Amino acid sequence: MSQVSVRKVDIAFGSVPVLEQLDLEVAPGEFLVLLGPSGCGKSTLLNAIAGLLGVSRGQVWIGDRNVTWAEPKDRGIAMVFQSYALYPQMTVAQNMGFGLKIAGRPREEVDRRVREAAAMLQLTTLLGRKPAALSGGQRQRVAIGRALVRDVGVFLFDEPLSNLDAQLRNELRVEIKRLHQQLGTTMIYVTHDQIEALTLADRIAVMKDRTIQQLATPEEIYLRPANRFVAGFVGSPAMNFHAGAIEAGKSGPAFRRGELSLPLPDRFRDAGGAVELGIRPEHIVIGTGADALPAAVEMVEPMGAETLVWARVADEPFSLRVEHTVKLRPGDRIDLSFPGENVHVFRAGTGKRL
Amino acid sequence: MSAGAIVPEGPRPRHFGWARLGIYAFLIVAALFFLFPLYVMVLTSLEPMAEIRMGGLLAWPSDPTVEPWIKAWTSACTGLRCEGLRVGFWNSVIITIPSAVLAILLGMINGYALSFWRVPWANWMFAILMFGTFIPYQVLFYPLVRIASTLGLFGNLGGIVFVQVVFALPVMTLLFRNYYASLPEELFKAARVDGAGFWRTWFSIMLPLSGPMLVVACILKVTNTWNDYILGLIFAGRDNLPMTVQLNNMVNSTLGEREYNMEMAATLLTALVPLVIYFVSGRWFVRGIAAGAVKG
Amino acid sequence: MAGFRWKTGTVAAAIALLPTACVVLFLFVGGTGWAALVSLTSSKMLANWNFVGFQQYATLFSNPRWLTSLANMVIFGLTYIGSTLVVGFLLAIFLDQRVKGESVFRTIFLYSYATSFIVVGLVWRWIFNPGMGIQDVVRDLGFASFTFDWIVNQRMAIFTIVIAAIWHGAGLVMVIALAGIRGVDAEIWKALKVDGVPAWRAYLHVILPTVRGSILTAAVLMMIGVVRLYDLVVAMTNGGPGSATEVPAKFIVDNLFERQNIGLATAASTSLLVMLLAVIVPWLLLGNARRRSRA
Repeated sequence: MSQVSVRKVDIAFGSVPVLEQLDLEVAPGEFLVLLGPSGCGKSTLLNAIAGLLGVSRGQVWIGDRNVTWAEPKDRGIAMVFQSYALYPQMTVAQNMGFGLKIAGRPREEVDRRVREAAAMLQLTTLLGRKPAALSGGQRQRVAIGRALVRDVGVFLFDEPLSNLDAQLRNELRVEIKRLHQQLGTTMIYVTHDQIEALTLADRIAVMKDRTIQQLATPEEIYLRPANRFVAGFVGSPAMNFHAGAIEAGKSGPAFRRGELSLPLPDRFRDAGGAVELGIRPEHIVIGTGADALPAAVEMVEPMGAETLVWARVADEPFSLRVEHTVKLRPGDRIDLSFPGENVHVFRAGTGKRL
Repeated sequence: MSAGAIVPEGPRPRHFGWARLGIYAFLIVAALFFLFPLYVMVLTSLEPMAEIRMGGLLAWPSDPTVEPWIKAWTSACTGLRCEGLRVGFWNSVIITIPSAVLAILLGMINGYALSFWRVPWANWMFAILMFGTFIPYQVLFYPLVRIASTLGLFGNLGGIVFVQVVFALPVMTLLFRNYYASLPEELFKAARVDGAGFWRTWFSIMLPLSGPMLVVACILKVTNTWNDYILGLIFAGRDNLPMTVQLNNMVNSTLGEREYNMEMAATLLTALVPLVIYFVSGRWFVRGIAAGAVKG
Repeated sequence: MAGFRWKTGTVAAAIALLPTACVVLFLFVGGTGWAALVSLTSSKMLANWNFVGFQQYATLFSNPRWLTSLANMVIFGLTYIGSTLVVGFLLAIFLDQRVKGESVFRTIFLYSYATSFIVVGLVWRWIFNPGMGIQDVVRDLGFASFTFDWIVNQRMAIFTIVIAAIWHGAGLVMVIALAGIRGVDAEIWKALKVDGVPAWRAYLHVILPTVRGSILTAAVLMMIGVVRLYDLVVAMTNGGPGSATEVPAKFIVDNLFERQNIGLATAASTSLLVMLLAVIVPWLLLGNARRRSRA
């Protein structure tokens, strides 16, 4: 039984469709990330699961209850927002306990749960402060604490780390992951940052243009992206892309673009026509081999532990990652090989993976 | 709810809420409170005196006439003269236009100078100017009367314009200072680098950008000047009394039977110009209030 | 100011500011000081320099009319500001509920603010007039013994002015309140929904405390209006019945022009100024201190 189940949901703002016929099943205890660029509908989907938005068609189930018409407070969810949304004139303790207080819980119970959540997030010393006296990271912890106190089955995160600077983002990311490991609650997390998605998720739903492009584990999405968009969106530095065509050659299928002719594995034997080739920088190998192609180094970007090398093969630019110990300079001539198992080919136009 | 009844799906059903009804009830009652005086005045101003003597405040006129309006405009007695409110109307016009132009101009230049240029005593001046908004008019009346008469500006058009401008300076300066402070400073710096001086920069760069605030300031100043009573009473002189003063004279100094219909028509006439501005300007009026309400 | 250099631009700026600076110096500062000086003389119709110390002030504060006007200012101020804040904020809160025709309602609630106080005063004088206003209407409806003659009642007359002033000013408060309420972050509303907080508690516990600044702004604006109160009183009751609705501003103007008692008038205006400063200055200092401690 899924913890959260979105069934054939349509969402429209007036006459503008935002999501169409969307299906999503989230397993109990799973950490699911909705990843995509702005405008892809991920926040809309989250708000619909939360009950802050109504659906124009379809159903939303949480646990074994149909919550399509239920108010957010009755859905058994808690939510963490991008701008923290803390009540400005209340202390941390009051912020965290407000929902329970409204629900009529006895004072001792509210206090106890607030204290427990605060302990879990190292907020105990801050309980008497107001949000204005907290740093961004502390505020976000309070927001998470407010969700924790509710003791529900599903946590929803709406880009919670986007307002923080890079260092804080990394710290809190780890904390959220630790929290998930500790609590084991189902968590649905919206972000446009693919690093957050890759590090936190059990599964990622990559979204674009109001649909889910691919729903799979991070590893699957990284190594076997379902289409051109997913391949380009996930992974940094970005994948190399070249438009061209598959042609049958004497030794098997090959990718052709201008002067470049790249041998392809057998599985593309029956394919043909316009395609786009993709290969990640870390998968291009310097070295010899029967299929190695000559290349000229154009530019070198040292990045600390690694170096990004820009080289031209038959006048087509490729970027590849090498250890920082490898010293190359612009103008050097090297041989590059493109291992077949790491080459991705996408149909031109639809972008689908072949 | 019995099992197997409605399966929730799609949009939430909208129940009719008593809360919703209550909200509309409150708003409608409030609207009646606000509209009631207007309704009464319009109605009464269209009734002949015979009907007013008979009926009450809310009676619908059975014999409507615009005669009270014509009388109010052309022949009502306002003090010693009986030429109607049109005298006051034109007086208000010739008072409002120059004072608005001058006050806004000064306010703009002040705001500009205060925002972008570092004059040593400027902040002190501004602080005292702001204090000026808190001071009740009456505290300054005696010095103003003396200064104005010394300058030959008492009891004439120049006098009332002078006084209107003086009292408008704090608000106008504040408005434009805040507005210019919200413009990107890079514009100003770029002009400096290009070699533009004080006046050049203002004229070529800041002035064209002042559009929105000009509209707001205009609305505020024109409305306030037109609606003013006490300054006009004291400083305008008998020949230049604005419409508000004439209205009060007409209503409060009548002996014998009061012609309520004419008085109400006169009141409506006096309220007409600001109301028209209000209805036409809509959002801008609101923006004016909001801008005037931001005090440092 | 460190490192100040004379630049042509700055000179031009100084010249541009000169007219206003003159006004500020000679009128605002100098004029107030001069008026204070005159209040120490025995001037009647014309200013003389016969200094009599604080005699004018003694006369002033044993003058029943002045004392009544001060009392009226306080009564009017408290009731007017309090009621208008409540009414204005209620209007804003109700308008914030996504009602149909919101802009129509807003237009109706605000138009009264665009009218002159003379207009407001005259209109409400008619409405409160026992012979032809509300009392008359209700009596015509059959309630023969209904009385609503506040406006000629010594004790209640001031409250008729309050009602007229509320009619005039509630729209202003509504605008300020609405701006403040609508400035609250949308995600706070979402958090409130997830926490299951009903609307009225949301306003009470979260929204209104957040817009404290707007409340203060509105109150300050109204306070300025309270001190300046003149036109409305003249139009509605002219200080009457008797001197039941006298207000300080009217006292000052009457003594300055009609009663030809400049000494007394300047004493009154200076007292008013001092009283005002006694309230404002501590409040400003408090605000600055609070701002500095937070930074």
